[in-house]
Amino acid sequence: MTRGRVPGLLAVPAALAVAFLAVPLAGLLWRVPWGSVVGDLTSPRVLAALRLSLVCSLGAVAVSAALGVPLAILLARVEFPGRNLVRALTTLPMVLPPVVGGVALLLAFGRRGLAGQWLDRAFGITLPFTTIGAILAEAFVAMPFLVITVEAGLRAMDRRFEDAAATLGAGRWTTLRRVTLPLIAPSLGAGLALCWARALGEFGATITFAGNLPGVTQTMPLAVYLALETDLEAAIALSLILLAISLAVLVALRDRWFPAA
Amino acid sequence: MARIRTRLAAALAAAALALAGCGGSEEPPGGSAAPSGLTVFAAVSLTAAFTELGQQFTTANGTRVTFNFAGSQALATQIRQGAPADVFASADLANMAKVEDLTGTPRNFASNLLEIVVEKGNPRGVEGLGDLAAADLKVVLAAPEVPAGKYAAEVLAKAGVTVRPVSQEDNVKAVVTKVALGEADAGIVYRTDVAAGGGKVEGVELPEDQNVLATYPIATVKATKAQDQAQAFVDLVLSAEGRRVLEQHGFLPPPTT
Repeated sequence: MTRGRVPGLLAVPAALAVAFLAVPLAGLLWRVPWGSVVGDLTSPRVLAALRLSLVCSLGAVAVSAALGVPLAILLARVEFPGRNLVRALTTLPMVLPPVVGGVALLLAFGRRGLAGQWLDRAFGITLPFTTIGAILAEAFVAMPFLVITVEAGLRAMDRRFEDAAATLGAGRWTTLRRVTLPLIAPSLGAGLALCWARALGEFGATITFAGNLPGVTQTMPLAVYLALETDLEAAIALSLILLAISLAVLVALRDRWFPAA
Repeated sequence: MARIRTRLAAALAAAALALAGCGGSEEPPGGSAAPSGLTVFAAVSLTAAFTELGQQFTTANGTRVTFNFAGSQALATQIRQGAPADVFASADLANMAKVEDLTGTPRNFASNLLEIVVEKGNPRGVEGLGDLAAADLKVVLAAPEVPAGKYAAEVLAKAGVTVRPVSQEDNVKAVVTKVALGEADAGIVYRTDVAAGGGKVEGVELPEDQNVLATYPIATVKATKAQDQAQAFVDLVLSAEGRRVLEQHGFLPPPTT
């Protein structure tokens, strides 16, 4: 371990920052009702929320991957007019309060929304209050994490491999499939994990757009929020699961985010 | 060893960030009230009436009143967890009872009736609770944790009607919003919420034998640093003027028994 040349005094605010971020976690762990936690976590309501959270977050990842990866490739590789605008638009949900995102989704894809009224008339499809709606709300908030991670990976990649493949006669699809995607696999993996973790934790857009119904749209964070108002211990137990999942994602990605070098 | 510790600390910090996404916009307000002001935690159905009373209070006493309007069950939890409330007004007796060791003696100051809320013009022709059972009608209720949701369940049980709601909202105003936006066809809310819903919704009254009377109690919070001001606000709500404002917004006098 080498000693960097930084003022030693920085350690004080840095330690405060770590404490500020770590103490709430300690607070949560401190209040976990370890005796009843297994019972709390296997109640039908919690299991329904857990199952739904897995379905919705994985659905959101699938939507994000199907649409977001092509977008990332275009953003990284093709110069087109308005590219910076598109990139800004893509990352907007990362800084937008999720509740605002939910209201926007409602006004766009609700039964009377900009696109939603057309969906309703043409196909009889309404998205609010459905599991699909919850998936879309999560994808709206989580997709940017995948797009920017994959785009960064593509920009950092050594493009000479793609050039070499092309020189050797590989078509564009073949190059993408056999050279580019394998080379950015770590970024892709990290982007998918981040996207999934964000989707799993989504609250504001989901409750605003998709509503709250156990088994249909009540995902874990919504269950935590409502349990908090009546059954604090169940809420803490549920929070513990989300914390454990977040930590598992971090551990899985540790070499990428905190390289030992 | 040092490196492992550094990485663990970094991991914990990042985990906190990831979790922060869960409820970033749902932090209980009220923590930033100026010490000279008064913080009133009130059921969300009281929003319009209490906002008006708060302005009167500020005009009369020069004390700024900050409101935290939310579902009574959320407010009771926040007070239990030490949120800095001076006054608590609940939409039911049960949530007031949850904090009885933390408040002064509650006084009932108003009551409210339930109504079916539908979109303006009642496009689906809802006439009573029985119509809410229709499979193609999108009904939104308040969650069972919320007083309005609990009352709605009572009303439906009295009428012997089983409703499959498409959503259980976390406060009663959210039910009105979903109907006003046209996302839901009907909901069960307080009649005061229908009145406060502006021109976008209208109410379908329930027969007296199917309705329930929601009782609203108010109390000062013992931990308040402004006991006199808190009591003065409670007195205003209980006064003839308070009664007048509440009735103007559709509330009824408290039950006499």
